[in-house]
Amino acid sequence: MSENQLRDAISEAIKDNDVILFMKGTPEQPACGFSARTVGVMQALDVSFASVDILPDPRIRQELSGISQWPTIPQLFVNGELVGGCDIVMEMYESGELAQLVGAEDVAPAPAEVPAGAAVEQDGLLQPENRLS
Amino acid sequence: MPSADDIKQRIEAALPDASAEVEGADGVHFQAVVTSPAFAGKTRVAQHRMVMDVFAGELGGSIHAMALTTKTPS
Repeated sequence: MSENQLRDAISEAIKDNDVILFMKGTPEQPACGFSARTVGVMQALDVSFASVDILPDPRIRQELSGISQWPTIPQLFVNGELVGGCDIVMEMYESGELAQLVGAEDVAPAPAEVPAGAAVEQDGLLQPENRLS
Repeated sequence: MPSADDIKQRIEAALPDASAEVEGADGVHFQAVVTSPAFAGKTRVAQHRMVMDVFAGELGGSIHAMALTTKTPS
């Protein structure tokens, strides 16, 4: 895949998924504490989300940050817009704004569970998977 | 290397009516809480960008990281 094709594929994935998280590792096996915390918030909200592991190819991160103009990972997009990284997601979760944004109902903020594990799966390069939390 | 106070002064000089509380003793990692009425009505991503833009070209270089919290005055 060329850089341009990759960039188009990332843009498509952001457009096609109401809630999509670009992260290090997978929701089952996050490879970074910030990604793990963000997954924990999404699971606490009980909202389904697509996820993309950026680790298998460094160009994914490069092109993603080119699109979003945001340097760090994870990056959460809702309805095609960048919501933020781990700190912003945590803050908006605690204030209840995130639940409102993703349409989660009647979820009182509770400490988010951090999934265990840190290994990296190498399959599924930019194949967003819809996962139920 | 910038001190936390240098960072504070640069943020407050760049953003309208901003007040910043900055910590970071090692000169490369900082934590900043920035309050400014200019953040009103903006997404958090936009608010963070306004602060990060003050250090464009330095973040990831001479400044390794800045953990940021943005607030509008209540």
